[in-house]
Amino acid sequence: MITDALLLQLGYNATLVTIGACLLGMAAGVGGTFLFLRKRALVSDAISHATLPGVGIAFMVMVAFGGEGRNLIGLLSGAAVSAALGLLCVNWLSTRTRLAEDAAIGAVLSVFFGFGIVLLTIIQTMSAGRQAGLEGFLLGSTAGMLRSDALIIAVSAALTLMLVLVLRRPLTLASFDPDFATTTGQNVTRTDLAMMGIVLAVTVVGLKIVGLILIVALLIIPPVTARFWTDRTDHVVLIAGALGGVSAYVGAAISAAQPAMPTGPIIVLVGFGLFALSLLLAPERGVVSALIRHRQFQRRVHLRQGLLALAQGQPIYERLTLRLLRSEGWALPDGVATDDGRARAAKALRDETRWQTIRRDPAYEAAAAHYDGLTPIETVLTTDQIEQVDRDIGAPRGVTS
Amino acid sequence: MSGDEFVPLSLVPMLIGICVAVACALPGNFLVLRRQALIGDAISHVVLPGIVVAFLITGEVSTWPMLLGAAGAAVVAVVCIEAVRRLGKIEPGAAMGVIFTAMFAGGVLLLEQSDTSSVHLDVEHALYGNLESLIWLDATGWSSLWDVQALAGLPVELPRMVFTLIFVCAFIAVFWRPLKISTFDEGFAQTIGLHTAPLGLALVIVAAIAAVAAFDAVGSIIVIAMFICPPAAARMMTNRLEHQLAWSAGFAALSAILGYVIAGYGPLWIGMADAVSAAGMIATISGLILAVAAVFGPHRTRGSAAAVG
Repeated sequence: MITDALLLQLGYNATLVTIGACLLGMAAGVGGTFLFLRKRALVSDAISHATLPGVGIAFMVMVAFGGEGRNLIGLLSGAAVSAALGLLCVNWLSTRTRLAEDAAIGAVLSVFFGFGIVLLTIIQTMSAGRQAGLEGFLLGSTAGMLRSDALIIAVSAALTLMLVLVLRRPLTLASFDPDFATTTGQNVTRTDLAMMGIVLAVTVVGLKIVGLILIVALLIIPPVTARFWTDRTDHVVLIAGALGGVSAYVGAAISAAQPAMPTGPIIVLVGFGLFALSLLLAPERGVVSALIRHRQFQRRVHLRQGLLALAQGQPIYERLTLRLLRSEGWALPDGVATDDGRARAAKALRDETRWQTIRRDPAYEAAAAHYDGLTPIETVLTTDQIEQVDRDIGAPRGVTS
Repeated sequence: MSGDEFVPLSLVPMLIGICVAVACALPGNFLVLRRQALIGDAISHVVLPGIVVAFLITGEVSTWPMLLGAAGAAVVAVVCIEAVRRLGKIEPGAAMGVIFTAMFAGGVLLLEQSDTSSVHLDVEHALYGNLESLIWLDATGWSSLWDVQALAGLPVELPRMVFTLIFVCAFIAVFWRPLKISTFDEGFAQTIGLHTAPLGLALVIVAAIAAVAAFDAVGSIIVIAMFICPPAAARMMTNRLEHQLAWSAGFAALSAILGYVIAGYGPLWIGMADAVSAAGMIATISGLILAVAAVFGPHRTRGSAAAVG
């Protein structure tokens, strides 16, 4: 069943929804990256909550004009207008008053959402039966979606993605280096406006699929995940788009196959699963690789200290050190050095003496700055220089044979 | 408005609304000043999975398991946000966004997967609450306030919120000086030997307690609104923290009373048959108060301190 869904074998509607969700996920991942890089990720939270009153008012207006009230384009237009209004409020509060941006975001999201709920309770009493499905905007619902609705979602998701692709260059520049963008003659204010426009579009298109509470996850989670995998701007954008697309595609397919699985939460949880994997496994910034790096560092420190102790004939009590020396074949279980170990120990002590010498000599100041007790001296000095240092030291000392 | 109708139907919800509003607004002042305003938003999203898990374990909708579940979820969320922030070197806003949306999604999924339709536990309830249903059926009029037998039938939410409010006030009163100093000048607070990190954590925990207690009674939307709107409006009115707290408590109480009255009676006045969501209306009113304060408040802009002296 799930394989069928992933291969788009569940009929026209489910296929359109899955493709639409995938396109939307890509647009959200890419658009969200710019927000994330501008450190304005949570603005999208205010935008998404601010869509609710618009949906309610649009419904009431359409019913008042004798319409059916469930026209998706009408509802989404209402959502777009009220979300834009909410965005304006956030901007106004955070620039014209003393409120910080987070307080402005919180105020707008709670008030707009509260008002939206008031409208929903009015609608519930207004025309029983006809409002069915309006609650779907809270958490998203694709079950029972009309064929035309599915088509609208797929097409508008594609348009949003195209908008993002067209604007990606100025957006990238403005997100990473606003000052540089300004000096190259780019109008950063207008770019910021375009970025908000994209976020708005993603939010409104995503309402029916993911729902207004969870759409913000689609804008935040993929960019944060992508950041684990690369340090390059353009790659963050691409990876975030891919991750968003995959999460939405897989999530929508699972939900189409299993009726009890609500679309929005599944999409978000798939995205979060990818995030958790990345947090653990990413090559540079992941937790596992950090642990491995830490262990390797620990190992080098212990081995070096162990060798120095062997060279100076001191007994080793530290268990880890002893174990590491043994596994390298440099010491016997009772802590006595092997031949190989003695040679290594002599070398370690000699290197240490070399380091001490060059650290006292101002001529080697630049090289001595690399001293951390672990860096092999061969990597900072040439063979000739080492020979010179050895001549200064004299014969090797301190090696017990 | 006669006591016969008002006392049993409206007095208790209104009192609960006021307690919730003030209990959230007071710690909200510090959160807004510390740029942690969205913690209320995050907490109210993450308590949902906690409540659902508590329900799945105990199999019934009862107060204490749910409060514990909610508190547990809040703690898990705080730990996760901190872990993501440190392990992944992610900025706090984005880390918060990742965790609270994922936990909320998990809560919704659990809710949909488990058979909770038989009990009153659903997403809408968690969002709007059911302030209107907290009626005091044993009351017959104002005289019931002195009637021990009738008082025994008070909804348990009322004493719980009163205790929560007292607890919040006590916390702020006891830690007033360190809270004030560390909010405005963390560096100075540290140099005079205050432990700012545990104090900040304690503040968040108190806020979470207020949020969880309120969440059970009135839903999450009021909680988010009351953490931010009254303190933000109060900030436009004064530069003194003492006065700001007083203003915010006043605004919160005003939102609760006006919001409840307009939601309950407003539609009847304009000829509509049914009341609207009280929680939503209280949030809306608090937003209107904030809007008025932002346009006319004497201290609405940055740097107005210097101008006024």
